Amino acid sequence: MQKDIFAQVDLPRVYRRRQLVNSVMLGLTGLFLVLAIIPLIWITVYVIIKGGHYINLDFFIHLPRPMGTSGGGVLQAIEGSFVMVIIASVIAIPPALLAAFYLVTAPNTPLATAVRFSTDLLAGIPSIVIGLFIYAIVVVTQKHYSALAGGIALSTIMLPVIIRSAEEMLKLVPRELREGALALGSPEWKAALRVMLPAAAEGILTGIMLSIARATGETAPLLFTALGNDNYEIGNMIRQGVRHHQSVLAILGQILDQPADALPLTLWKYAQQPYPERVQQAWAVALVLLLFVLTLNILARFWLSHRRRQLGE
Amino acid sequence: MNTTIVTKRPRWQQQLRYKLQHGDRLWKLLLLLASISVVVLVLWIAWRLWDQSALSRHQFGWAFISPWAPSSWNPALDKFQAWPSIYGSLITSIIALLLAVPFSVGIAIFLAELAPPVLRAPLNYMVEMLAAVPSVVYGLWGIYVFLPLVVVPLGNALAATGGQLPLLGGLLKGPMPVSGLSRLGAALILTIMITPTIAAVSRDVLLAIPRSQREASLALGATQWETIWQVLIPYGLSGILGAVILGLGRAIGETMAVTMVIGNTTGGGNSILRPGYTMASIIANEFAEAVSDMHASALIEVGVVLFVVTLLLNALARWLVWSVNRKTMGS
Repeated sequence: MQKDIFAQVDLPRVYRRRQLVNSVMLGLTGLFLVLAIIPLIWITVYVIIKGGHYINLDFFIHLPRPMGTSGGGVLQAIEGSFVMVIIASVIAIPPALLAAFYLVTAPNTPLATAVRFSTDLLAGIPSIVIGLFIYAIVVVTQKHYSALAGGIALSTIMLPVIIRSAEEMLKLVPRELREGALALGSPEWKAALRVMLPAAAEGILTGIMLSIARATGETAPLLFTALGNDNYEIGNMIRQGVRHHQSVLAILGQILDQPADALPLTLWKYAQQPYPERVQQAWAVALVLLLFVLTLNILARFWLSHRRRQLGE
Repeated sequence: MNTTIVTKRPRWQQQLRYKLQHGDRLWKLLLLLASISVVVLVLWIAWRLWDQSALSRHQFGWAFISPWAPSSWNPALDKFQAWPSIYGSLITSIIALLLAVPFSVGIAIFLAELAPPVLRAPLNYMVEMLAAVPSVVYGLWGIYVFLPLVVVPLGNALAATGGQLPLLGGLLKGPMPVSGLSRLGAALILTIMITPTIAAVSRDVLLAIPRSQREASLALGATQWETIWQVLIPYGLSGILGAVILGLGRAIGETMAVTMVIGNTTGGGNSILRPGYTMASIIANEFAEAVSDMHASALIEVGVVLFVVTLLLNALARWLVWSVNRKTMGS
């Protein structure tokens, strides 16, 4: 369209040059985007093809076989990831929500500024450093690696993610809801838990989903807290506990107290082994991990944007 | 409904309820505790690491992080000097940054200014997914796909052409390892990993710039590119700088993918085509098998350096992004 105008009128060269620079540079930005998306497609497709080739039912329901033999699975890693993410959620979610409530009820106090700043710093600390810290406070005190230490390390990763998203979501709750509740004589905590929390629940849940996706993919903080354990099988631990007439608490203690494996940890160990069976399983683990993390992410973001549109943002 | 029955609570219960303001005292206390614990956690991390690195700090002093001290990393002799791994972190992150910044800013411009509304949402999704892929998956893909197919040919080409250059020659000295495990590989993987971070934050910065700025520039006859380059970018410059520094922080702290592709050795000289270590990868690779207290302490001191560097970078980045937000709100 513009080209036709320029063809009819003999504009000075400088205008044509400006127009050229304009289209070249704008085209370049689009090209950059395409180039950036290539790795994503490359990784996803490659992992799906490679991993899909080696994945089977055994992979999900068996413990690893000795090195160099084929077959076996990564049940221990699936269970370990599950246990540690649950520990992390139990530890991280309550204080994160409370801190978020503080940030929205007292947004301009010095403490709120300090909390926001600390949250940002916490999110920026490399996860390997978090691993060192948890090693120093939990593993050194307990004198052994454990699923509990791994869970605590993951909770430290989840904490800032949840605080930030929960604060954002609670801020979106209309003031009138809280003020209405308070005006009707409800105490502050009831206004928060019974009125604001339900109103923001979906948004907060998506934040928690994102933080779980993040924690599930983390390896570095587990390297010297959970360490890894080829025989981590909850079913066996429970069966043995029942046989020895242990209490529920004792069995739970067992589950928390042992070193544990996790999917990314297994992937890391298997990827660098000389046995082709292990590398094949590493691809299968990568597939499971990638699908889990991306699905959680897509669901959470989709839900969020849907919700935002409902609220008319 | 038994509203007719009014039970009177015991006196002490009433008093307690009154004192607690129907639970609000307790609630406020909980909120305060949770908030304070977040702040305390950061301080605790700093103190704990500092404390645990005492052995190494006293033994090696400032020479531990000095570029000029003789480098050695010898667990058998308990002699440690961290410069090679600090150098590895710096060189990989700087290369990654140099490559990622033009890309990310381009992407941010496209997403904020040019993308047709239909494409905007899916493209945003894809950029954010790129940031969500776990770093071990990047590492696995890096070892078996990216290194042999991209890094090795590129490294060989660089060694052949750049090895003779007067200034950069030392940086590009071959030979490239056959496996491709090298600082170059780490830098390129980091480029892929930090691009979405920088792009997403820069996009938000651009989107926060008021419409009037664009309209004024276009009304004066500027082309769209001139508007972007001469009006929007300068306007959001400190925010974009913040995004870049945030990306640098992520690159320096990134552990798993780098550990898997960098080759993990304290040798390797200065060349980017040789294997090496970064601060994060030396901790990841050696800490679980630290042979002595001194070794563990030295690795924790590397952690302290990493912590301090990322802390400063993050604080700076937040401040820059925040200053843009304040400016936009003021206008």
